[in-house]
Amino acid sequence: MGAYILKRLLSAIPVLFGITVIVFLIMAMIPGDPATAILGSYATPENVERLNRHLGLDRPLWQQYFIWIGNLLQGDFGRSFALNRPVLDEILDRFGATLILAGTAFVLCALLGILAGVVSAARQYGLADKAITFVVILGISIPSFFLGMMMILLFAVQLRWLPASGMYSIWGGGDLPDLLRHLVMPAFALSVVATGVIARLSRSAMLEVLRQDFIRTARAKGVHERRVIWGHALRMAMVSIIPVLGIQAGFVLSGAVYIEMVFQWPGVGRMLVDAILKRDILLVQGGVVFVAACYVGFNIIVDVAQAWLDPRIKT
Amino acid sequence: MGAFLKLLFRNRLAGFGAVVLGAIIVLALITPWLPLHPPNATVTANRFLLPGTPGHLLGTDHLGRDQLSRLLWGTRLSLAVGFAAAVIAGVVGAAIGIIAGYFGGRTDNVTMRGVDMLMAFPYILLALAIVAALGPGLMNALIAVAVVNIPFFARNIRGITVGIANKEFIDAARLSGMGHTRILLTEVLPNVIPVIVIAMSTTIGWMILETAGLSFLGLGSQPPQADLGSMLGEARSAMITAPHTSIVPGVMILLIVMSINLLGDGVRDALDPRLRSGALTRPLPATQVARKSVPEVPAKPGLLEIDALETQFHVGKRVYRAVGGVSLELKPGECLGLIGESGSGKSVTALSVMGLVASPPGVITGGAVRLEGRDLVGAKYERLRSLRGDKVAYIFQDPLSTLHPLYRVGDQLAEAILSHHGIGRAAAMERAVKLLEDVRIPNAKARARSFPHELSGGMRQRVAIAMALANEPDIIIADEPTTALDVTVQAQILALLDRLRRERDVAILFITHDFGVVGQLCDRVAVMYAGRIVEQGPTREVLEAPAHPYTKRLIACVPELGEGRRVLAAIPGLPPAVDALPEGCAFAPRCEKATDACRAGEIALESHGGRKLRCIHPEPAPVEESA
Ligand code: SF4
Repeated sequence: MGAYILKRLLSAIPVLFGITVIVFLIMAMIPGDPATAILGSYATPENVERLNRHLGLDRPLWQQYFIWIGNLLQGDFGRSFALNRPVLDEILDRFGATLILAGTAFVLCALLGILAGVVSAARQYGLADKAITFVVILGISIPSFFLGMMMILLFAVQLRWLPASGMYSIWGGGDLPDLLRHLVMPAFALSVVATGVIARLSRSAMLEVLRQDFIRTARAKGVHERRVIWGHALRMAMVSIIPVLGIQAGFVLSGAVYIEMVFQWPGVGRMLVDAILKRDILLVQGGVVFVAACYVGFNIIVDVAQAWLDPRIKT
Repeated sequence: MGAFLKLLFRNRLAGFGAVVLGAIIVLALITPWLPLHPPNATVTANRFLLPGTPGHLLGTDHLGRDQLSRLLWGTRLSLAVGFAAAVIAGVVGAAIGIIAGYFGGRTDNVTMRGVDMLMAFPYILLALAIVAALGPGLMNALIAVAVVNIPFFARNIRGITVGIANKEFIDAARLSGMGHTRILLTEVLPNVIPVIVIAMSTTIGWMILETAGLSFLGLGSQPPQADLGSMLGEARSAMITAPHTSIVPGVMILLIVMSINLLGDGVRDALDPRLRSGALTRPLPATQVARKSVPEVPAKPGLLEIDALETQFHVGKRVYRAVGGVSLELKPGECLGLIGESGSGKSVTALSVMGLVASPPGVITGGAVRLEGRDLVGAKYERLRSLRGDKVAYIFQDPLSTLHPLYRVGDQLAEAILSHHGIGRAAAMERAVKLLEDVRIPNAKARARSFPHELSGGMRQRVAIAMALANEPDIIIADEPTTALDVTVQAQILALLDRLRRERDVAILFITHDFGVVGQLCDRVAVMYAGRIVEQGPTREVLEAPAHPYTKRLIACVPELGEGRRVLAAIPGLPPAVDALPEGCAFAPRCEKATDACRAGEIALESHGGRKLRCIHPEPAPVEESA
């Protein structure tokens, strides 16, 4: 197992390299002089000159890339001129909030999705199955930002159960119950689409597995049906569910951008959108690379979980 | 095409999706000719009029603009943008996929690496980066969404192309001197286009959602132009005071995406033949029962009595009579062979005993299965479960597929015990190891920690046998337990079964298609053909003097022990399909001695001493050699 984890970690290096190249190339598409674009209204001749020297922006593209990578590896993501602070500090301040939001939503969608899928498969064509199928279709079709807005209308404005926004900083004063009160709606709104997708997939994976011979063997042994479903069948179905969890994590992370906007959540997503609107290029560049790298890391965890779950994978 | 549409509409939800989507598209197309207010005409006096206000069916927004007009124009824009993004992503992605898949080698490697890199991003990061570089705007949002989806198409299309590129007609085209471009355009592309179109149509909803999302964030369409996303985005600030301005565009997005999803599901179902036949149903915990009458219980019950058992498969309107009135009796400690070709109903008979016939489509429609006098057919699930594996245990054909691939064999054995005896995990594990030793598995303690795929075929079947023995059952039903094994291993497994049954006094119902195996192991044998018993008797007698022409033929071509597969090839013709059984003797079409009387009507199974026979022209007994 240790060797497999190491192998998987090493294989992430070229991916990370590829990610930085892609982001770099996209940013190189910005028309006009890069230093002027980055500095925006701060583009005095001295500032342009200084930035050119620091980032090598007057040199050939490939040299710029290596200077940028070198800086990244030293933890220097550049400076946001709009916020007047280092990009990395800003990202780290914001990332915790996104992690809490997306993490909660991910756990929610994995649990609810698998639960719904298994129940649906076990009661195929029954009332529960039909109800779940209907909710799932609705869930995967509703835009999360619209759902979020409707939830605010209902729970915050009409019923006054939960706050609509007002999460300023997760570390700023609020205690845990306060955090949870702020978290419930956005996390749920964020999880809905992924829950639907996972429920759907879990259902078909379970149906596929339940027809296999080893399920008949389990039944022939006298294993209780509850254990046949939640043990034997689900264990096998997880082999096809887990990779989808990895993919859905990416969608949850993506959806977080919308949800952070709707609920005024102080996370990286909102930071990125604000940065784009303010043309704060280095902040966008740094944020994208940072989050993408985290996602690559998360996928390693998914792969390791998969290998741990399925002994037939050569580790 | 007509049949396809019919299928599509039989799926009512898909039909609903098609109608809603069709209506929306038509509305969007005719918008310019509808008598609407101009979408961008601001009338500050009319801000936030509620829906239903005369002249403004859906009310007005924060600038007093007519919502209905804006909604339709916005829908038009959203649909167009989503469609355009799907086409761009589809065309570019497909081009990349086709080139990579067709040329293979380095081209393929490098391209697919690049595609993998793109897929390593959560999609929105890539889209945001592109919009950040190009600047906010609807066109740029469209480009971003298209680019983000290119990898999906490239990967799918590449897979299909690889399959096509290796086909003979491509080789033939190459040999005939056609250039790559021509092959790609005339041979590959036509085969890939349907896949591209389907992939596009299923992703359009997604593209509309994504572009709407970017517009919602303020990165897509810029005022005064508005698509559905930016309408929603602009309405957000007034969400609390004038919720209708948010609800109107939001519901529209929901309707569009949902109708596309429903339609897409319907298309997929209509195209996937597996779903059409209803094969993707999961079997219930026990076979369904629909008996009209229950046979009477005899005065002196035996160990196991299968009494006039009828099991059918109901697939759509068709009824397959897999087992048509089979009666068998198993005495304590005896081994009864049940022999027949595949499709004769022997396995279904065996599985019916404990309600293990996959259901749906299986249904037990008649007869009874009595264990010590008590009927198992229609028994409560809990009673059935408590007997399964405890009183009656099964061994199945291919242990690679019948053992759980992800559980250690020791755990699977222990589970068999723990399902019936609350002896604690440690004790169960200990007993599991003992069982593995009993079936002669060397180094049992270490082997208990193996997974099935780490064992050889013979070892796996030993594990399966150990599992059947776990609760010291009275009866073991062995369904072709040696068929998947090679000959030497077969002999070992048979010897093991024979030894175990003598040591433990367990009765065996042994299902096989191989008379060689029956001769080795069984006291009595019953021959099945087309769902019925045609002959039955003590093994020695049947082997020496088969009375049914079918039995005789089965025996005549038994090769050396174990290589029973040849038997099938040796009898000309095939058994009849069990949904179209002929009148009279089912074997008549293949029988040399068949006469009109054979085809006339039902032929009964008659007893002659210890033997039973269903034939009106029995084979003559071989002449005894006289001294
Ligand atoms: S009944 Fe007639 S057709 Fe059937 S096996 Fe006997 S001889 Fe052949």
